[in-house]
Amino acid sequence: MSPEAVTDGARAAAGVASSVTEAAGGIDMQDVTVAYRATVALHHLTLAIAPGEIMAVIGPSGSGKTTALRSVAGFVRPTGGRIHIGGRDVTDLPPYARSIGMVVQNYALFPHMRAEENVGFGPRARGVAEPLVRGRVRDCLAMVGMSAYARRFPRELSGGQQQRVAIARALAIRPDVLLLDEPLSALDAQIRRSMLDELARLHRELPSLTVLYVTHDQTEALTLADRIAIMRDGRLMALGPSKALYRDPPNRFAAEFLGRANLLPVRLESAGVDGLARVRFGTLGVLARAHPALSSGQACLLCVRPHDMSLDDGAAQNAIAGVVQSVQWQGELHSITLEAEGRTLRLVSTPLRAPPEPGSWCTARFAAEDATLIAEDAAGA
Amino acid sequence: MSAAAGALMGRRGRRPPSLWVVPPLLVLGLLFFYPLALILRESLTGGVHAASLAGYAAVFDFALFRNALLHTIGIALGASAGSLILGFVLALILSFIPFPGSWIVSRLIDTFIALPTFLVALAFTFIYGSAGVLNESVMQFLHLPLPPIDFLYSAWGVILAEVTVYTPFVLRPLLASFSLIETAQIEIASSLGAGAWRIIRSIIVPAAIPALLAGGSLCLLLTVNEFGIVLFIGAKGVITLPLLVYDKAVQEFDYPTACVIAMVNIVLSLGLYSLYRLVLSRFGGRGAGLV
Repeated sequence: MSPEAVTDGARAAAGVASSVTEAAGGIDMQDVTVAYRATVALHHLTLAIAPGEIMAVIGPSGSGKTTALRSVAGFVRPTGGRIHIGGRDVTDLPPYARSIGMVVQNYALFPHMRAEENVGFGPRARGVAEPLVRGRVRDCLAMVGMSAYARRFPRELSGGQQQRVAIARALAIRPDVLLLDEPLSALDAQIRRSMLDELARLHRELPSLTVLYVTHDQTEALTLADRIAIMRDGRLMALGPSKALYRDPPNRFAAEFLGRANLLPVRLESAGVDGLARVRFGTLGVLARAHPALSSGQACLLCVRPHDMSLDDGAAQNAIAGVVQSVQWQGELHSITLEAEGRTLRLVSTPLRAPPEPGSWCTARFAAEDATLIAEDAAGA
Repeated sequence: MSAAAGALMGRRGRRPPSLWVVPPLLVLGLLFFYPLALILRESLTGGVHAASLAGYAAVFDFALFRNALLHTIGIALGASAGSLILGFVLALILSFIPFPGSWIVSRLIDTFIALPTFLVALAFTFIYGSAGVLNESVMQFLHLPLPPIDFLYSAWGVILAEVTVYTPFVLRPLLASFSLIETAQIEIASSLGAGAWRIIRSIIVPAAIPALLAGGSLCLLLTVNEFGIVLFIGAKGVITLPLLVYDKAVQEFDYPTACVIAMVNIVLSLGLYSLYRLVLSRFGGRGAGLV
């Protein structure tokens, strides 16, 4: 993707955004179940996505996230529950009647059609008059910065360029909802970062477009989504605004899947002083944010993100001394593992001038406000 | 030369590479070009005269030959078109409309390729022949004095039999080609608003062009030269070029005429084959990378 093309996209987007989408509609999945014979792929999923919202659905392979997206698209028929798009019950409607645009991991561009023909395929299939089709093709290609590549076949485009054409093709039918099924998985890391920025820009230009974004990449989800749904084994494990879900994961699975986390077994000693609770980690007393559902004496998990821990020998509170197990320099950061109270702790920091030696003792510290308690028996524990 | 080829040659690798063309050329020359040259010489000289096109002129004046030529072209084109259409429809069903047992059906169709062609002609006489199951049943049911179904002993019967025999030759490459079409492409097309017909026309057919080219070419070559089915069905007035060659060479011992007709048959085969590839690559080969 050339810089000119990106500029072309940014410049054009402002002018053509309104002509690309007009309608807006949220998605409402009510108690949706999908089963293939004896195998239940989706268990009673209830998920509401507001108009204009970006919802990321993340989870490991086989978690049911793609099944959820395909049921919204109409490629999978739910065995139970209803799906509404823009307030309209679409459960029994075929895919083309749902007003959805879809982008998949491998782009699925039609190989024998030029980029402009790919983008114009949807409007033409819907019987849009040819002059209007040409206008929409021009607008959509400009929006994704691909005007200069309109006459190229997919085989003449890079992966990132193909994905841009796929997005333009999905937008050309003016969908209420854009479904993105792991759209960046096939791209290399650098292009993926660039495409993430492009997707974010695209949504700023099309604020009324509802986006359901399925991915297994937490970074993509955290970067783009207003809210995140985490799935496992066909069930919704956690749902919430991205930042809140990252900061206060409701269960062990959510904490471990959305970012890395130190999860330490603790016991609650006292709760509720200035919103902080005192817990016992091995022989150490530690302060963390209080959890309303936990009571004194109850076992729970202390969740601290590695980047919220720092090496600080002089700290008095929330300081955990341990033996350094390993020190890894990773360019932008140092990753250090400690063993303390029989548990392994991981912390990351900006590159250290004098990193500790493996086998030496050091102290990791974290602020009480950065420590979350998770009920040990919560779902997903 | 690749490393594998080098390893295969071993010590003999010191031999000039151009010498490796000799064995295949020798085999081709002995088994194909030499007999072909003999037939060509016989067709031009008649075995005794100096080379001339007199034999060809005489054969083209021959009404039976012209009739056979038209029949050969008509039957070959009809049977190839029928095989392409039937093969395409069957491949669509087997590939895109999942039903229990589709795998078994696909394998059964494969076995057709292994069967001798006359078996189909024989089966057709049992089913559609004047004393076949179908005619017997209709005559009995409607109390008719004569068999009402008599298409088998016409060019249509030959075409139907050839379509039955040669459809698998189209079906097999089409199934392979369809298996390479991403399901996501069809799903995306559907979500964009395309109905079944548009998906077939815009997505599936362009992807199938190479397979149609391969299967259709094979069908055309085989049907132009088909002998067993035409002979076995014994359709009245349906003489094709291979059958005429057989008549002239084996029954009338008129080898010069047989050689002329054989040469025309070869030119016809290659001509139709080239024309078919040209037409298909011009009108549908863009996406298939054929032009």
